[in-house]
Amino acid sequence: MLSRVADSIYWMSRYVERAENVARFVDVNLNLMLDSPSGEAQQWLPLVNITGDHADFEKRYPVATQHDVIQFLTFDRDNPNSIISCLRSARENARSVREVISSEMWLQLNSFYLMVNSAAAGGSSLDTPHDFFNQVKLSSHLFMGLTDATMTQGEGWHFCRLGRTLERADKTSRILDVKYFILLRSVADVGTPFDEVQWAAVLRSASAFEMYRKRHGRISPNAIVEFLLLDPEFPRAIRFCLNTARDSLHAITGTPIGTYRKAPEKLLGQLCSDLAYANVEDITTEGLHEYLDGLQTNMNLVSAGVYETLFARRAPEPRALGKERLQKHE
Amino acid sequence: MKLGEYEVGSFFDEMFAENGRPRAIARPLARNIESLPPGELVNRQLAADRALVQSGITFNVYGESAGIEKTLPFDLVPRIVAAVEWDRIERGLKQRIRALNLFIDDLYHNQKIIKDKVVPGEIVTSSKGFRKQCVGLNPPRGVWCHITGTDLVRHNDGQIYVLEDNLRCPSGVSYVLENRRLMKSLFPEVFAASHIRPVSNYPIRLRDMLEDLASEEVSSPRVVLLTPGIYNSAYFEHSFLAQQMGIELVEGSDLVVSDGFVWMRTTKGFERVDVIYRRIDDDFIDPEAFRPDSMLGVPGLMEVYKSGNVAMANAPGSGVADDKVVYAYVPRIIKYYLGEDPILPNVPTYICAEPDDLKYVLEHLPELVVKAANESGGYGMLIGPHSREEERREFADRIRANPRNYIAQPTLSLSRVPTLVDGHLEGRHVDLRPYILYGKDIFVLPGGLTRVALKKGSLVVNSSQGGGSKDTWVLAENPLTNGDKSENIGPGATQMAGSTA
Repeated sequence: MLSRVADSIYWMSRYVERAENVARFVDVNLNLMLDSPSGEAQQWLPLVNITGDHADFEKRYPVATQHDVIQFLTFDRDNPNSIISCLRSARENARSVREVISSEMWLQLNSFYLMVNSAAAGGSSLDTPHDFFNQVKLSSHLFMGLTDATMTQGEGWHFCRLGRTLERADKTSRILDVKYFILLRSVADVGTPFDEVQWAAVLRSASAFEMYRKRHGRISPNAIVEFLLLDPEFPRAIRFCLNTARDSLHAITGTPIGTYRKAPEKLLGQLCSDLAYANVEDITTEGLHEYLDGLQTNMNLVSAGVYETLFARRAPEPRALGKERLQKHE
Repeated sequence: MKLGEYEVGSFFDEMFAENGRPRAIARPLARNIESLPPGELVNRQLAADRALVQSGITFNVYGESAGIEKTLPFDLVPRIVAAVEWDRIERGLKQRIRALNLFIDDLYHNQKIIKDKVVPGEIVTSSKGFRKQCVGLNPPRGVWCHITGTDLVRHNDGQIYVLEDNLRCPSGVSYVLENRRLMKSLFPEVFAASHIRPVSNYPIRLRDMLEDLASEEVSSPRVVLLTPGIYNSAYFEHSFLAQQMGIELVEGSDLVVSDGFVWMRTTKGFERVDVIYRRIDDDFIDPEAFRPDSMLGVPGLMEVYKSGNVAMANAPGSGVADDKVVYAYVPRIIKYYLGEDPILPNVPTYICAEPDDLKYVLEHLPELVVKAANESGGYGMLIGPHSREEERREFADRIRANPRNYIAQPTLSLSRVPTLVDGHLEGRHVDLRPYILYGKDIFVLPGGLTRVALKKGSLVVNSSQGGGSKDTWVLAENPLTNGDKSENIGPGATQMAGSTA
């Protein structure tokens, strides 16, 4: 597969997943606000913190009102991580690899983009925000389902899955980080019904509430951290995502799992092992924020390593080419 | 919908005879349209428009900011061509492309045609498409131009004329395939009744032809399509054709020359490329051989090409015969190489480089269409009857300054096809671009792109200037008897597994 094509597939997939996650944050926060006791300060700024675009937001919006934050995260074309910008980037990448992905995937992504575009133009979609964000999530799921059902599960498909799972792991870690920080800070609320509502919202934003109840039953901060960070079977848990990413990376390179030849294989393998043997009490005692911060940095290094070893345009070494030619035309 | 109100006017109409009755070839379609409830034709048109936007079948418009995509407007009333007429067109196109290839090969070798004074030498050497880098080269089987999209028009007299030979990178074939796909879903009944020749095998024929260009030592050649990238106006087509052929779509930066071969950069290292279907103009394919400022091409590509280690379609240099002045000589070129009279006539053409013609052209500008020799896409053109006095004066100055660069033709009255406008049918002018593949043999795709000038009275069909497209139906001579249309689901179909609860 062409390096440029692999690069585009990887980012196409990441951007769709990113758009979905932004829709999740916003939707859950909207629900949460409806459950807030009246007079409670509206907490919208933390959403901007999740995506790490705090500085950009403050430059252009004076106050973090509900309207401005949603606008910034949804329809702001100048925010590269807004839903509309993510879809524009995903579509642009898809456009450059249309001959590699299936027609169904392209059609779905294009309709997805057109849907968000017309919602942005119409202006009334945020009157029924829940419907709109739900549509974004469903469109993303449809895209993912079509990817699995219509694309040959070879190299290209693995790049899709690698991009998607790395992005999802990153976003789950950010949800956890921001929410945990806020929730534990308001000590007065701990143990009150309000607290449980907040924690349930964290789970809901990762579609994890029901699955969590089946696994852990009672709502407790440590169990929630364990579920979203260390669960090996829940598809939005960080460990599950990184295990899947590792499987795809090794399928691409052909290196057996458990060994490594290239830097990102080594790093990703280490992350997976680390999560496999981690203990949630140790993590929260040491500081969840520090732990997640380190994890995010390492996941970024994996992504950079993937770029370096698989996508970057290197100059050829004449001798090596001679050998490849012989092999190919034997 | 009633067809009785349709006005044929003083034009040749492809669907209706002069008395206003549908031509024999169009009767099944006419019956179908008349049987539709009011508004249904418009509904189907809207369905087609939606399908085009959703599938992202778009082109980019030069001169507007990057990333602007438009769909090529599609009109659902097709142009229909009778079998016997198509037979003549096909023979004419094969004859023409065979002669043009002999001509190009001659120009880059002995130039016999110039020595025999059939074509003036300065016309050739001053053509923008002439590449001195290609002198003496021998592309496989002596074929230079493998993919051609010749523009044909029909005049009031009912005669089909060749308007232009597009020998460089003709585009539009993807619309032919997509228009057909749309039409089959919009008018399945008519397809069943009309015996229309299929076009869907074009990508198969194209790939076969390209693979045949590879050196015989290569057992399974790797073919790629080289595109300028996603901002090119025809990017959709490049990607579509690569997908339909199952080959890699590459940009210049994906390719690299080393060890005398062309390689592409993949996630598994470098892989050798044997055939390049390039959709980049000569000027840009190799900054070392042609324009040094090109960012689109592959440095060193021409050297590999000259050594025979990579094949290219169309061969660099074939654009020399795409010059509009050379066009005027094509009937003589056919006679010279093949000893035959042209089957398809040229539009009568005045060559401004010749003093008598120049004088005539300058005196008759209001009646003529003047074209620049090396422009395409409807740019650099004056349509006399639709022009203003000052435009003509300005054009006259340009012609006097550089007569070599201009030709003129009488304004043709292009034939019309009914087109859906504001809920009813009106005649609109059309041309036709069939596609020709020249490999081991010559294949002409039955049909081609019918382009339609959507503005009332307009003669400019180019997509960049308000043109749209239609499906083109070439009827089969002997309607195939469809004996294999059995409804049987096959012997011993196994029952599907299901819950028995």
